[in-house]
Formats: sequence, C-alpha cells, structure tokens
Amino acid sequence: MTLLLIVLIPLLGALLVPVAAARGRMGAAWMAGALTATALGLLLSLAPQVFAGEILVSSWAWMADIGLYFSFRLDGLGLLFALLILGIGLLVILYATYYLSPKDSMPKFFAYMMLFMGAMLGVVLSENLILLLIFWELTSLTSFLLVSFWRHRSDARQGARMALAVTGGGGLCLLAGILLLGEIVGSYELSVVLASAELIQNHDLYAPALVLILLGAFTKSAQFPFHFWLPHAMAAPTPVSAYLHSATMVKAGVFLLARMHPALSGGDLWFYLVTAAGLVTLVFAAYVALFRHDIKGLLAYSTISHLGLITLLFGFGTPLAAVAGVFHIINHAIFKASLFMAAGIIDHEAGTRDMRRLSGLFKYMPYTAVLAMVAAAAMAGVPLLNGFLSKEMFFVETLALQRLDEWAWLIPALATLAGVFAVAYSLRFIHDVFFNGEPKNLPKVPHEPPRWMKIPVEVLVTLCLLVGVFPAFTVGPLLATAAGGVLQAPLPEYSLAIWHGFNEAIVMSLVALVGGVLFYLLRHRLFALHARLSPGEFGAKQVFDGLIRGLLNTSRCITHLLENGSLQRYMALLVGAAITVGIYAAAQHGAVNFSMSGTSIPINGVAIAILVGLILAGLGTVILHRHRLPALVMLGVVGLCVSLLFVYFSAPDLALTQLSVEVVTIILLLLALHFMPQEAKADSGSGRRWRDALLAGGAGIGVAGLTWAVLTSPFETLSGFYLEQSVPGGGGTNVVNVILVDFRGFDTFGEITVLAIAAIGIHALLQNLLIKPNEPGRYGWAPAKPPLLLEVISRPLLPLALMVAVYLMLRGHNEPGGGFIAGLVVGIALVMQYLASGVEWTQARLRVDYFKVIAVGLILSLLTGVASWIWGYPFMTTTFTYLYWPVVGKFEVASAMVFDLGVFLTVVGITMVILAELGKLSGPLAPRPVQNKGESR
Amino acid sequence: MMGHWLIVPVLLPMVAAILMLLTARMGRAVERSISLLSMLGLVAVSTVLLNASLSGDYQVYALGNWVAPFGIVLVLDRLSALMVLLTSVLALFSLLYACNGQDREGRHFHVLFHMQLMGLNGAFLTGDLFNLFVFFEILLIASYGLLLHGGGPLRSRAGLHYVILNLAGSALFLIGVGTIYGMLGTLNMADLAVKVAEANPEQLRLIHISALLLMVVFGLKAALLPLYFWLPSAYSSASAPVAALFAIMTKVGVYSIIRIFMLVFGIEAGVLSNLAQPWLLPLGLVTLALGAFGVLSSRCLRKQVAYLVVVSVGTLIAGVGLLTVESMAASLYYLVHSTLITGGLFLLADLIARQRGDVGSELRIGPTVTQPLLLSTMFFIAALAVVGLPPLSGFIGKLLLLQAAVQQPSVVWFWSVILIASFFALIALSRTGSALFLKTDDTATTGVRAGGASLLAVTALLLSSPLLAVYGDAVSGFTTATAEQLMAPMQYIEGVLGPQQSPMVSRMGGEQ
Repeated sequence: MTLLLIVLIPLLGALLVPVAAARGRMGAAWMAGALTATALGLLLSLAPQVFAGEILVSSWAWMADIGLYFSFRLDGLGLLFALLILGIGLLVILYATYYLSPKDSMPKFFAYMMLFMGAMLGVVLSENLILLLIFWELTSLTSFLLVSFWRHRSDARQGARMALAVTGGGGLCLLAGILLLGEIVGSYELSVVLASAELIQNHDLYAPALVLILLGAFTKSAQFPFHFWLPHAMAAPTPVSAYLHSATMVKAGVFLLARMHPALSGGDLWFYLVTAAGLVTLVFAAYVALFRHDIKGLLAYSTISHLGLITLLFGFGTPLAAVAGVFHIINHAIFKASLFMAAGIIDHEAGTRDMRRLSGLFKYMPYTAVLAMVAAAAMAGVPLLNGFLSKEMFFVETLALQRLDEWAWLIPALATLAGVFAVAYSLRFIHDVFFNGEPKNLPKVPHEPPRWMKIPVEVLVTLCLLVGVFPAFTVGPLLATAAGGVLQAPLPEYSLAIWHGFNEAIVMSLVALVGGVLFYLLRHRLFALHARLSPGEFGAKQVFDGLIRGLLNTSRCITHLLENGSLQRYMALLVGAAITVGIYAAAQHGAVNFSMSGTSIPINGVAIAILVGLILAGLGTVILHRHRLPALVMLGVVGLCVSLLFVYFSAPDLALTQLSVEVVTIILLLLALHFMPQEAKADSGSGRRWRDALLAGGAGIGVAGLTWAVLTSPFETLSGFYLEQSVPGGGGTNVVNVILVDFRGFDTFGEITVLAIAAIGIHALLQNLLIKPNEPGRYGWAPAKPPLLLEVISRPLLPLALMVAVYLMLRGHNEPGGGFIAGLVVGIALVMQYLASGVEWTQARLRVDYFKVIAVGLILSLLTGVASWIWGYPFMTTTFTYLYWPVVGKFEVASAMVFDLGVFLTVVGITMVILAELGKLSGPLAPRPVQNKGESR
Repeated sequence: MMGHWLIVPVLLPMVAAILMLLTARMGRAVERSISLLSMLGLVAVSTVLLNASLSGDYQVYALGNWVAPFGIVLVLDRLSALMVLLTSVLALFSLLYACNGQDREGRHFHVLFHMQLMGLNGAFLTGDLFNLFVFFEILLIASYGLLLHGGGPLRSRAGLHYVILNLAGSALFLIGVGTIYGMLGTLNMADLAVKVAEANPEQLRLIHISALLLMVVFGLKAALLPLYFWLPSAYSSASAPVAALFAIMTKVGVYSIIRIFMLVFGIEAGVLSNLAQPWLLPLGLVTLALGAFGVLSSRCLRKQVAYLVVVSVGTLIAGVGLLTVESMAASLYYLVHSTLITGGLFLLADLIARQRGDVGSELRIGPTVTQPLLLSTMFFIAALAVVGLPPLSGFIGKLLLLQAAVQQPSVVWFWSVILIASFFALIALSRTGSALFLKTDDTATTGVRAGGASLLAVTALLLSSPLLAVYGDAVSGFTTATAEQLMAPMQYIEGVLGPQQSPMVSRMGGEQ
C-alpha cells in the first residue's frame, strides 16, 4: 500500500498543486515540495527492507484476463531510481521556484512536474510490464507538456512534438515487444519474466521481442540514431532539462535495459545490438558535444554520450559491467543535474547560453563557477570525483571483454577516444564560460544567483565529492542493493577503492585527460575544420523534419487522389464493388449451369411486347437524360410498363400501387423541374462516359442474370403459410394486403414512418434552401395557364376520387386495394387541383395542418399496434370480427383496418406537404430570398 | 420475461416525435422538454434491456403474435442490448449539446433526431432481414434531414453525395434481400441461418452473391474501403450534435456485418461459413491505413475527427475479420470506446471552433480560445483516448486487439498497421494540439464561453474513456460474453425458432 502511495501522491499532487496555488505563487511550490518530501519519506521507510534483500510486491487485479495487474515492486533497482527521482525532484522543485519568472504559471509548471514525477515513479516501481508501459508513455506525454511549457517559442513547440513523436513511437514498439514477451512467458509480471531467461531466449519470438523492446529503450534514452530529439527538447525550461533530460526520463531507457537484463541479456543478438548502439552513441555524441556553442546543447550531447556509455556497459551482458552501469547511472544523474542547474543559473543571470559570448564569468559569479567546475570535472572523469570511479570501472570492463577476438582492441580504443572528447568538452565548458577573457555583449551584467537557487547545486556537488572520495561508505550499500536488483542474483566481486594500482584502465584515463587537454588547445583549428567539413547545421533534425514533411505530403497526395469529391467516382466505386464481389462469388461453386427449366413464367407475345417497351423506355431515359423533361416522360413510360407487367402476371395490388406511385412521383418531379434548367450540363468526358457505361452495363447485366437465375431456380417459400393463414389468422382474403397490414405489418409501420420523415425532412430542408425567385422565362419553361377544360373537369374529380379512395380502403382487406393505394388516389386528385387551378386557389381551400394529418395517421397505426397490449398480446396483434349491417349485409371489421386508415392518412399528408412546399417556392407565397452570409449561390 | 419492453426503444422515440409534431406551435421549451424526457426514458429502458441481456437468454418479441419465421421478430441478445444502450447514451449527450442553441438552426431538429433513434434502435433489435432494410430506410431518411440541418452550400453538397450513395446502397440492399428470399424463401435471420446451412449445391452461388452484395451495402454504411470517401466531407460539414450522433451510424454498418456474417453466414453455415472473413481483414486494415493518412492530411479539426471515425471503422472491421472470440470481444470494446470518443470529439471540435473566431476549426494560427485551460485539457484527454495512448480506453482497446491477434497468421500485418497508424495519429494530433492551443497569435478572442449544457455533454462523453479503462475488466467481461454468444449462432437460432436439430450435425451425419 505504501508502495502505491509513493506513486499516487505525486499524481494526486497534480490536482493539489493548482488548489494550493490559490494561496499565492509560493503555495504551489510548497505543496509540490511537501508532497515530494512525503513520498521520499515513505520510500525511505521501506528502504531498510530492501537493503535487507527483500523484494516488496503489492498487487491489485485490474484486467486479470489479459494479464494486466495494478502491481508494484520495490527492489534495489527500483529503490535507486525512486531515490533519484524523488531526491533530485525535491532539489529541482526548490531550484525551479527561483528559476521561473513571474510571467510563468507556477501552478501549471508544478502540476506538470508532479504528473511527470508520478509517471516516472510508476515506470521504476511497476511489477507488471504493461503497467510499466502505461507509465512509460505517460512520461513521454508529460514531457511534451513540460517541453512546450513556453508555448510561444516555436523551438519549444517543435522540440516537444519531436520528443513526443520519437519517444511515443518508441513506446509503441515497446508495447509490441512486451506483448510478445508476455506471449512467450505467459505473464507480464516481472517476477515471472525475470525468472524465465531460458524460456525467452530459446523462443522463436525472442528476436522480434528483443528488437522491439530495444527500440523502446533506445528512443527513450536517445541512442543513435534516435538521439536527435534530446538536444531539441532543451528548449524546455532548465529545471525540466535538469530533471527529465539528464537525471530521470532519459534514464528510463537504460533503466529498462537494467530491468530486463536477467531475462534478455547474454545472447549474441543482445550483445551486438546493445553494444553497437551504445558505442556509436558514446563516441558520436561526445564528438558533437565538442562543437556545440550553446551550453545546454553541449550538456545535451554529453548526456547522450553518457547514456551511450551506460548502454554499452549493459550490452556487455556481464555482471560486473552491469554493476558499472548502475554506478554510472547514479554518478551521471548527480553531476549532470548539477551542471544543468548551473547552466540555468548562467542563462538566468547572464541572459545567454552562447559560449561564444560568455567568457570570464568567474569574476562575476565565483561561487557558482567553482560548483560548476567541480561538476564538470566529475563529468570529465577527474580523479577524486564520482565520475572518475565509474569511468574507471567502465574502462576495466571494455578491456575485460572476451567476445570480439581480434577486434578486442576496438572498444577500449573508442572508449578512450570518447574519454578524450569528454575531457575536451568539459574543459571547454569551464574555460570558455568562466575564463577566456571578458564577456561579449551580454544582455545584462551577470551576478550570483539568489541563495536558494544555489543550494540544490551545492547538495549535488557535495555528493560528487563525497562519492568520489569515500565511495565505499557513501554509495557502496546503495550500489550493491541496486546492482543486486539488476542482476536478481548474487553480486560478483568488485571493489570501490579509489586506487587499484597502476593498470591499463589508469592509462586509458590518463590518455583521455592529456588527449582532452590537447584537443581543447587545438580547438580553433578543429572548429575551422569542422565548419569546413559540415557546412551548415548538421542535423538529424533536418532529416526528421524532412520525414515528417514527406509523410504529410504523401498523406495529402493519397487523400486527394482518393477523394476528389466526385460523386460519379464514388458511385462508380460502389457499383464496381458490387460487380466485383458478384463476379467473384459467381466464379465459385463450380460450373455455371444455364437452364430454362423450372421457370414458372409464361413468356408469350404480350409479355415480350411489354418487356421490349420497358427496355426501350429505359434506354430512352439514359439517352435523353440531359434533356430533363423528355427524360422524365421516358421514366414515366418505364413505370407504366412495370405496372403493365404486374397486371399481366396477375398482381393487381402491385399494379395499382405502382401506377399510382408512378403518377404522383412523376408529377411531383415535373413540378420540381420548374426550378431547374431544361438541359443538364454535359459534365463527363468521353473516357469517363465509357467507364460509366461499362459499369452500368455490367451492373444491369448482373442484376438481370441474378434475376433470371432466381426465377429459374426451384423455389420454396413461406408463402404457403401466408395463403393458408390469410383468412383464419388475418381475416382477409387479399393475401397481399394481409401481409402488408398483418403478417408483416411492422414493415409497413416502418415504411409509413419513412414517408412521414420524408415529409418532415422536406419541410425542414426547404426552409433553408434559397431558390432564386421565379423570374418568368428564367429556365425557359413556358408560363402558360392551365387550360380551362382541365380546371372544370378537375373540380368534380376530387369528390369522385375521395369516393374511390374510401371504396379501395374498405375493400382492401379482401380485394385489391388498401390504405396505401387509397391515399395515393387522393393524392393524385389533389395534385390535379394544383395543376388545374393553381397553387393559390388550392392552398386557400386546403387549410389543414398537413403535419397534423401525418401525425394522426401515425398515431392511428401506433394505437392499433399498442391496443393489443391491453389484451396481453404483442405489438400489432390484430383481431377481426363480422358485423351485419342493414343493406350492406355481412361486413368484416378488422383492427388492421384502423392501421390501414393510418397508412391512408399518412400518405395523403405527405403528398400535401410536398405539394405545399413546392407551391410555396414557386408561387407568390414563396419566401423572399434573403441575401445574407453569401449562402445563396 | 421482458414483456413489451423490447419494443419500447423503437416506439418511444416515435411517440416523442409525433408529440413534438403536434405541439410544434407551443414553442421550443415544450419541444426540448419532450425531447430530453424521452431521451432520458430511452436511456433508462436501454439500461433495463442491457440488464436483461446479461443472463445470456435470447428475448424474442413476435410482432403481431406471428411466430417466427412467419412474422417479424425483435430479438434481444447481448450485442443488440449493447448497441441500443450505446446509442442512447451517445444520443443523450448529443441532444444535450444541441439544446444549447444548434437545434434552432433549422426546423424539426428534435423530430428528425428521434426518428433517427427509432431507426437505429429498430435496426439493432430486429431479427428479420427485410425489417432491417426498413429500419435502415428510417434511419437513413432521418439522417438525410439531420445532415442538412442548418443548411449552407457545403452541407448541401456533402449531403447530396450522402443521399445519392445511400439510395443506391438501398437499391443494392433490396437486390440482395430479394435474391436471398428467392433462394431460401424466408427473411427471418435465424431461419435464414438454418436454410443457408442446409442449402443445396445449386443454390450456393446465388446465396454467395447476395451475401457479398449485402456486405457491400453494409460496407457503404460502415465506411469501409473503397466506400468511405463520402464520409469525411459529410461528417465534417454536419452540425456538431448531428456529427456526434453519426458516430454511431458507421457502427450500424459494422453491427450489420457482425450480425449477418456471424449468424447467417457464421461458423455453422456449412459451405458458406465465414464467407466475409477473407474480405474483412484486409479491407479493414487498408481502411485503417488510409484513414490514418487522412488524419495526417487534415487541415481542419472537424475533418480530422471524421478521419478518426474512418480509422476506428477500419480497426473494428479488421478485428472482426480475425474471427475469434478474443478479437470479437476486443472489437466490441473498441466499438464502445470509439463511438463515445469520436462523438465527444465532434462536440469538442465545435466548442473549440466557436472560441476561435473566423479561424474556426482550421488548423492554422488563430486567437487564443476563451477558456484555454479547460478546452486544452479536454482536447488532451480526447486525443490520448482516440490515439490509443495510456492510460485511457483507447489504449485498453488496442491492447485487447493486439493481444487477440498474437496467435493469428496475420499478426505481423495486423500489428504493424495498427501500431503505425497509432504513430501517425500521435504525430497528427500533437500537431493539432500545438496549432490549436500552443501557437496562438494573441489577438483578442471573440468567442463566448461555452455554456453549461454543452460542457456537460462533452465532459460526460470524454469521461467515458477513463471509466471504460477503470472498469475495463467488467466491460471486457461483458464483450467477451457477447463474443461467445456471437460465436455460437445455434444458440440464437434455438432462441428464436425453438430447439432444432443442428444443421451441421444432420449434415455431417448424412454424409457419413
């Protein structure tokens, strides 16, 4: 539980800090400091157990099925890192309190810092690997927030994005690697994974898992070629650089190498990959550091180089090398954090970090200078400082390496070379900044920083000295415990003495020191040579930016290529997709067997005549499609032929429906034509026309073939049941109608809803559609009045039509007819009134709220359905009975008829809505176009 | 027994819509009250239904008391209950957001919104293929109206494409259904499953063709390659609450694919078993990849979110295409997550755009938003969730999917595409966040502060992500149970049609 609290306290702190900030700027700092100190105290309370060799684990199930536990672990390695995170964290908070200017939001900064601290503690204290990954990504995300803290600086924004892209991308690789590892081991708990080295390293998936995990570690720890994000992340405020980019977050990668050491290391693959990355990074970054003019740039590359050194050590895979690696982690964290803080002080007090302008600062800030010099000496590996000890151990390990046979000299040689560079850049940092003449054009006169800003640096520098002089007393136990945590095995023999006698390692150190001084003395010639060899800014940044730009351009190209906004293309794709799958499926299942047998359709002269008419009319529609009026007429012919076919094949209900639908829609379309030009523009080139013709032809042939095949297949359906049950179950002899209002009444219920929505939608749409006023002759349509004869005939037609409709309605259940057809008949009659007498005349006489008609229609059908609930039956259960009326005789009353009435009203309603809306647009009632917002086209 | 509860999600929104039509003259307040009350009722009923589905029994509601396969039935299983509840929750907050003023930008917003819900719920509940078509029509025709809500040339253009493509899709749907009926003589899904398994060899070709035609139709709705190109401009030009609701529209397509191709052409469908799978996995992955390119290429936040919808569809379909219990469970988890988060993102994009003056949701330098801390925090959370970064639901969903694929032959492709697409999304959204909140030109903001209702709506939708992560075990437990139900079509068949002799068994028996 204590373990959990250590992680949770900083995370909660992210919320508490802004609250505390209500009590002033310092409130945030105090809160952050107090919480960090609390967590540190809790950690220290657990330390004795860890020093005694215990591994503390506490676990809660989160998603046990996939192996995700909320489980934490404290062993030596975790303890070391947690101490670094909290200890240096405390110092950084103190430092930042004085570093941040009044313009910077203190609560925001400390909230982010606490969030990061919690995430980082989570990384080092996780027992579950997926949990570790979760915290791992959180550190990348909080780093994004912290690096972009000065959001107005473009370098800060770019640096933050770059860091997130590289480390976040690495995190995705790590995720994949961890999942593979979990697949091999069967668990994500470290206790299990670390004990399964043999299983893991003999598994087929070992290589991919290792590569992916290493990608995660290398990106995080800025190993070549992923190193470039770190220098750019230096655009962050210096406390962030000191904390994240030297002491903690970038150490997460090497932490992972240490953590997974027992499980993954030892094999050739591990050795070559990790050693190569570490070695290249070590030398390359040390070289580049020499040529940075920005202090933080120099420190950034130095950090990369030292991370390379640690990586290299872990790559060796031997226990002693691992001890050296852990030791250097501690030492580097201490001296580099203090150096960053010193750099921040210089920046803060002198106003620049450019070493070409900074010189002779010793005069102005001697105290800070001494502190920085000690830390820089530790970085260079000067004896009696902590850096020397671990570097010495490193040199010993490079010499002890047995693996490379005749190339064995390579690693010690390159290590010495890197040592030379390290001494040279450390010297440059000291000499260029604090000596080397007078400062040039500084924005302000430098002076010593406030007292409290120096304390963190003092503490760290003191540690450098203490560890350097009394290693066994100061750092010995911690190192032993931490190294034990890395190895998860008994420690090898090693000695922490300052002097081991005159051996090869001492020679390497001396060479590095002397060589470094020489190098520094020759620096002007070297700078000139470097400038000549690499003109312009040498940059992985340029490469990265180029890649990102390329990616953006590629994606824009791809997207624009695919989505050209052409409806024709999208339709072609849809039709093409249908044809493709059709052909694909048709090609399966053996040879095609064309047969005329089994067809139940009588084909004779009449049928053929109608079919030919249908085909011609269809062709005509296509050919005439640009001439809107004739095309519409042709479309009417198509509908008519279909109706005739229905009649011919004894489907009177369908024929009636088709006929009336056809009439209403064609007339409505004709009315709509009023608002359009007579001719459509030809907007397709001939190539596209051929493509479309091909697709359309293919689709047509496909559908025809499909239909033919269906019609000629033996057929067995539910229709037998419907025929049987129509009278006894549905109370109607017209099976089609009984299906519509009873067996599948729910479909009809849905379809009239569709109609109603269409009416509502049209109403809503036309409210916003601005159509130019109906200027006479605008589209060339003749503004003729309807003939008088039509007007005269149409008037008595309405009551007649109503009578027919009622008749169709009533007989619908038993004979062809029904509410839908009846509704359409009334609709046609109303359309006639509009056509014959004009909009105004009709509108004036039809003072009904159409939507009420629709609503009542829907309510009737709904109530018919719900009524059956009263008798405990499901929705839309029908009932019927026979009444004996005088004159009429036996008359059937079915509840389905009320439903049918609902259908009728809805259909009438929607016809009226459409007519009214079209009328409003064209007649004097048309809304005046409002010329605003440039919306009308 | 469930009694009549099963049909309430279909009828309640319709009743509300009719009431709103009748009370249209009584003012906005009445309309909004009816609308929100009905919405709350719908959430309550959906919860009841989900609760009922937990037992694993199939609830069947025979309309008109006509027994299946002769009449139409509504069927409640875990999947349909999940979809109905998800729809209700998403719709509740979209509606709440709309009540902040966007419902006034055109007529009949609430009526159409409820009709849309009626269609969605019906589609999720029906157990009849033709009835599914009918509910598709209802939800589509309502969506036409909603898409054009508020008007304007951009919307009209995108809307026209949407309408025409979907009309063509409907025609194709009819052709497919007609062919299947012509072959098998039934429309009830359970009965179809039985008949497909028993189909004789001459029928297979036509059934196969019609099944794939249906896949094309559902692929169009789901926005699957090569049929997703209409989506980005349609969704990005729709008004925010409509776009948010439309986050579920693509999932209707996904749902239909799952339903039809797991039940009717599922593992027990004889020769035609799993016929969609060879298409779904590659198409899903390519859709995902192209969607990720779209996310990168967007110069406007709304469009970017629309592409994120495409990405989520691709991910889902690929997961479904793996065809294991684990992958199905993972996909369903991801479906819940992605629906709520993309919905929330559409609303958030609107909030942000309203505070950036003329720049709106364009990703270029503009004024600082009026509420920078609030909006940037919301965006940060939403971005984490949608990219799939820890510790939110997107990460859990991705984790489940990756784990589900680990033993599949396609694992390399599956992992690469998903992880690289996540990487692209990470790059894209970090750029977006940077453009919206970091790189500002310090001109005075003209935007008004966001209203309480809209903030509540966005917050609630975004909050779903941490909740889905924290209760990941419960949610994935439910989706696993759902997946198991889906992988056992015989259960569904017997639930609807009563005890059967398994066609597979009788078939095998006959051959031996």
